[in-house]
Amino acid sequence: MKAGSNLEKILEKRIFAVTGELGPPKGNDVNVIKRKAEFLKGYVDAINITDNQTAIVRMSSIATSSILIQMELEPVMQMTTRDRNRIAIQSDVFGATALGIKNMLCLTGDHHTFGNQVDSKNVHDLDSIQLIDCVRTLRDQGTLLGGEEKIEGEVKLLIGAAENPFADPFEFRAIRLGKKVAAGADFIQTQCIYDMNRFKEWMKMVRDRGLHEKVHILAGVTPLKSGGMARYMAKNVSGIIIPDEIIDRVVKAKKPAEEGIKICVEQIQELREIEGVRGVHIMAIEWEQMVSKITEMAGLLPRPKVE
Amino acid sequence: MIKAEQKPIDEILRYLVPHNKILLAGCGACVTVCHAGGEKEVGLLASGLRMARMKIGKKIEVLEATPARQCEPEFASELTETIERVEAVISIACGVGVQTLARHFAMIPVFPGVNTTFMGETVSHGFWEERCQACGNCILEKTGGICPIARCAKQLFNGPCGGSSKGKCEIKREADCAWQLIYDRLKNLGQLYKLEEVIPAKRWGVESRDSGPRRIVREDLKV
Repeated sequence: MKAGSNLEKILEKRIFAVTGELGPPKGNDVNVIKRKAEFLKGYVDAINITDNQTAIVRMSSIATSSILIQMELEPVMQMTTRDRNRIAIQSDVFGATALGIKNMLCLTGDHHTFGNQVDSKNVHDLDSIQLIDCVRTLRDQGTLLGGEEKIEGEVKLLIGAAENPFADPFEFRAIRLGKKVAAGADFIQTQCIYDMNRFKEWMKMVRDRGLHEKVHILAGVTPLKSGGMARYMAKNVSGIIIPDEIIDRVVKAKKPAEEGIKICVEQIQELREIEGVRGVHIMAIEWEQMVSKITEMAGLLPRPKVE
Repeated sequence: MIKAEQKPIDEILRYLVPHNKILLAGCGACVTVCHAGGEKEVGLLASGLRMARMKIGKKIEVLEATPARQCEPEFASELTETIERVEAVISIACGVGVQTLARHFAMIPVFPGVNTTFMGETVSHGFWEERCQACGNCILEKTGGICPIARCAKQLFNGPCGGSSKGKCEIKREADCAWQLIYDRLKNLGQLYKLEEVIPAKRWGVESRDSGPRRIVREDLKV
């Protein structure tokens, strides 16, 4: 065991994993975390805690993750390279693991100009792949990045990374996944999937490279709430592809939200059948209360207790 | 070459409030090429300053000079006689030129008349784009001659982020994704294998300007 986290045990036992996502409050209101976390409790194996996603200032991922641990939930602490240099990154990894955090997702992060601090200076001392390498060095060598100096204690983390099969250049996406695996990623969570054909094509490239045997791939899904949301995301969010037939289904449905959930459940069932997909990452953005229904309808409950 | 853009004339006029006789100094090199600080721009800006001051009844005398390269001490010293006759200098060379004059003329204020923006290429007439950040350890061999440090908004070393879509960058939709360009070029060159290598963390602290101003000292050239 690299970290001994619940997520690691589930993945190692080849049980189809389910992870959720929780965005911390835009302030220090702990009740927001508790309310969202209660929606997810019992329905997922671990919960990603975003790190100032879309570059909007929120409570830190480390602090929120720590609060989740107090609630007996398992966090996946996300960390971006946008806001920290390698000194802060390694220091935060020490702090996070000392607080009991066992899973970490290594990201570059949304560009700061998308957020509410557009005049800030982005850091990008490391990129996401170099961050993976840095965390693996801390864990496996017990030394700091680029140094021989032994750290005091042990860093036990399951190292995750993201990949987006819907961004371009498409042919590079599997190569890039291979780099993340080479750098030390234990699991991958993908961008939300709507274009199943493209995802399957990408998975084939992943299998052709044998990467599905080296890393646990969790397929990302996001339920669509409304026709407006579907159209907006398809038009405005780079790296997300929503085929017209899915947009049409939500737009034309009498109850668009219910249709969105239904589509999401169908997607999960289809993803389960793809060789190399080891789990699903449900990103129900500001719609956490739907995760219980989605997991139930998709036949993912009860979540197993593993030792 | 170095690219620059002229500052708003109101800002330049604010610098000049206490002064009635100045030198407007251009530069015959980079800023001439990008039409920001050459002899022609010196003439235009000088007329603009004179007219603006005339309008408010506070005439200003503007001397004009455009040395071949303001960043070289021997060209800067050509200006000595002129500078001794003025109260202040507006330099429309790049930030290097401004500082060369400031170093040479300790008693005369030197103000910038342009914003120095980047080291870039002329893409087409009237269109320049950044190409190099002088990071101190060139990796263009690995990236097909296209620099992700200068041209990727996140300075990614190991491939495109999730915001690369149809060849464009999500941050500036009009800008090409540097990693799409790198991919296409390496594909054309039959060198896609170069993309498999994990490029390790850059030594910014040693190679880049993070340890203060960098220096090149060539003993073989010293006199």
